[in-house]
Amino acid sequence: MELEALAGCLSSMSCAVTQVSTGLIIGMLLFLVASGLSLIFGVLGVINFAHGSFYMIGAYFAFSAYQLTDSFTLAILSGALGVGIFGMAFERLFMSKVYGRDVLMQLLVCYAFILILDDMVKILYGAEYKLMGMPQTFALPPFQIAGGFIPSYYVFMIGISAVVGLVLWLGIAKTRFGKVVRAAAINPTMVGALGINTTLLYAFVFGVGSMLAGTAGALAAPIRTLTPGMGLSILIESFIVTVIGGMGSIVGAFIAALLIGLTRSFGSMGFPLFVDGMMFGIMALVLILKPSGLLGRPVH
Amino acid sequence: MTQAMLEVKGIDVFYGASQILFGVDLTVEKGQTMALLGRNGAGKSTTFKAIAGIAPPRRGEINLAGVTVSGRKPYRIARAGIGYVPEDRQVFPEHSIEDNLIIGTKKGPNGEDYWTIERIYEVFPILAGMRTRMAGKLSGGEQQMLTIARTLMGNPEILLLDEPSEGLAPIIVQAIGSLIKQLREMGVTILLAEQNMHFCLGIATHATVVDKGQIVYRDTIEGLRANDAIKQRYLAI
Repeated sequence: MELEALAGCLSSMSCAVTQVSTGLIIGMLLFLVASGLSLIFGVLGVINFAHGSFYMIGAYFAFSAYQLTDSFTLAILSGALGVGIFGMAFERLFMSKVYGRDVLMQLLVCYAFILILDDMVKILYGAEYKLMGMPQTFALPPFQIAGGFIPSYYVFMIGISAVVGLVLWLGIAKTRFGKVVRAAAINPTMVGALGINTTLLYAFVFGVGSMLAGTAGALAAPIRTLTPGMGLSILIESFIVTVIGGMGSIVGAFIAALLIGLTRSFGSMGFPLFVDGMMFGIMALVLILKPSGLLGRPVH
Repeated sequence: MTQAMLEVKGIDVFYGASQILFGVDLTVEKGQTMALLGRNGAGKSTTFKAIAGIAPPRRGEINLAGVTVSGRKPYRIARAGIGYVPEDRQVFPEHSIEDNLIIGTKKGPNGEDYWTIERIYEVFPILAGMRTRMAGKLSGGEQQMLTIARTLMGNPEILLLDEPSEGLAPIIVQAIGSLIKQLREMGVTILLAEQNMHFCLGIATHATVVDKGQIVYRDTIEGLRANDAIKQRYLAI
């Protein structure tokens, strides 16, 4: 334990600012991935165990697009849209076949794709680490707040994730489409009887959820090493986030993701050997005190 | 001869291995309010589910204004103009009244957009007073009105009401009855499934009686009113 280091950091504004910004980017990435997972589960009732792999291919799509075009905007777009389209196809061709079946069947289909996608990445990019590098646009001096330094890319990433999250939340809470989506989550038969094509709706929602994972992967590409299997750790952390926040709740995912992000960044100073333990500890505590998660609805 | 609005021709419906409907024929002309009467378990709800495409018939066909709709998916049957209001109300409980109506909004099969939210509130003043109330918090009668209103928002050619009086207090049943009469007078074609014959005698124009999955009687509502034998045999409780 290095709790003195943590106490020292918390009492220094500059260190606290730096650690908070690190916590925020971890949290925002987690939020994007977990909100996609949560959205898909909330509406379709299936768990996309391949969600972490979608994050991974988002990063590789962005990597390739950036190498080809040298445009970071196109890199983000191809990560987001590419994975969105891939997700829709995956839902139509594979996932839709196991709706209403045993959750083990869903796990099996998804696990197959985790392996296939990892191998595809190995075949196309090789097994070694890849670095995309920081786009020129962000070769700026870091922002300085209260003596702490925040890289400009962090600010951009936090901002864009917040915008994506807000658009997602507004879209679900306020638009007619969002209302239909929430209704379909509760009573798809009735929604169908009102003339809404739920098959299309499911594919679209799965696509949006996948797009969130792809966006996170693309945003992570400049600051993370790309490697086959990079989806696994984020998948597990996203599960922790959705369990803490409550399955199906976007706001819950947001709060839980920030909680986990900050636990990671401060924990790595104060108790580096127990960061993972701490995350699972928080999850266990939530499961004991409020099994449906912070903002989840109790399951009837 | 005028073309029937809804024509059910010889449908057989099964749940798994057990047959529920045996060659059911049913015709509703435009502007009629047809009561589909029968005891609990006679096959009324199954007939409705077959028409709505939720329990597709294994044999026979269902035509809407001369176009075959059986075999289509439920959402396409709804878009063709069949407005199905299920028996257990099924409002979206965590949506407000107004959001329930918004979800039901669509144009009719020929682009009709007669029903707007404002027009719904004129016909259903009770809903207008609590637009933002969660549907799950409404009383049974209010939920029944909301499901009817929600389906009307889709501008259907024919409204299928499955047991709208079920489980409601007599005074609420009366309110639902006068609402259905009002819709009839507005020209809405209605197929109404009921166990409650007295409720139907007051509001329907025609009657069909179903028993053990088969149609056993069809006539005008006056004909049924005068026919004690049928009432005694199939509808007495």
